[in-house]
Amino acid sequence: MQHEALNQWHFVVAAYAVGLGGTIALIVQSWLAMCRAERRREGTRGK
Amino acid sequence: MHGLANPARFLRLARWLTPLLLGAGIVLAGGAMAWGVLVAPADELQGETVRIVYLHVPTAWLGMGGWTALALASLSELVWRHPLAGIAARAIALPGAVFAAVCLVTGSIWGRPAWGTWWVWDGRLTSMLVLLFLYLAYLALADAAQRDGGGASRIPAIFGLVGAVNIPIIHYSVLWWNSLHQPPSITMGKSAMAPEFLVPLLFSTLGFSCLFGAVVLMRMRALLADSQAEARLRRKAQIA
Repeated sequence: MQHEALNQWHFVVAAYAVGLGGTIALIVQSWLAMCRAERRREGTRGK
Repeated sequence: MHGLANPARFLRLARWLTPLLLGAGIVLAGGAMAWGVLVAPADELQGETVRIVYLHVPTAWLGMGGWTALALASLSELVWRHPLAGIAARAIALPGAVFAAVCLVTGSIWGRPAWGTWWVWDGRLTSMLVLLFLYLAYLALADAAQRDGGGASRIPAIFGLVGAVNIPIIHYSVLWWNSLHQPPSITMGKSAMAPEFLVPLLFSTLGFSCLFGAVVLMRMRALLADSQAEARLRRKAQIA
């Protein structure tokens, strides 16, 4: 029989790393896309 | 709702609402997760792993709530031709997909110590995986419709409406079929959770909902700005 020493905190840290990483990446990508698109719109105004 | 159909009026509202929701979301979700990880007690049965609940439940709620909002926006686009409804549906799809994926991954990580397995093909897990695939298919369809011009935008809207059939299936899956997943702990006006777990969970859910709202507004603003820039460039090309 195989005995596994499961440290519960490892699972907690892994879950938060995935969750926070995904959420932060989503916010940063959306913010940059918004700034880029709004700059592009302003750029087309005077052309 | 129809008052917001005017893009200029929507943009005026979105400009101050975006940073407000973003700030509130960071404070509420960050505070609630710190509370859940550092202050809230461990569970008698699940030990420390119960702390994953403060991330898993809000992302599950937003994955499902996201598609419900996407379906309502699609209905609004098809029935009332609301000019911002299609943009709202497109803006919801990516954050909905990200939160559905985070829900699946955190659930799998939680499942290993709690159930002894990373994954089982039961009703709840499988229907949630189907939701992620629906989001990905919607994103592909909306992208194709965008490239083909506005006329094809009814296809993603119809897909958004049809896909909503999966939401009650996810919700009731733990009641209809045998599942390792527990039945709902929180229902309308009732909770099976002790207050020391419930209060940070509610704050975390509220915080993540604010973040979701902020991301949707950012993406709507990006889509609107892109379409306005495209329209200007087309107009200028015609004049030239």
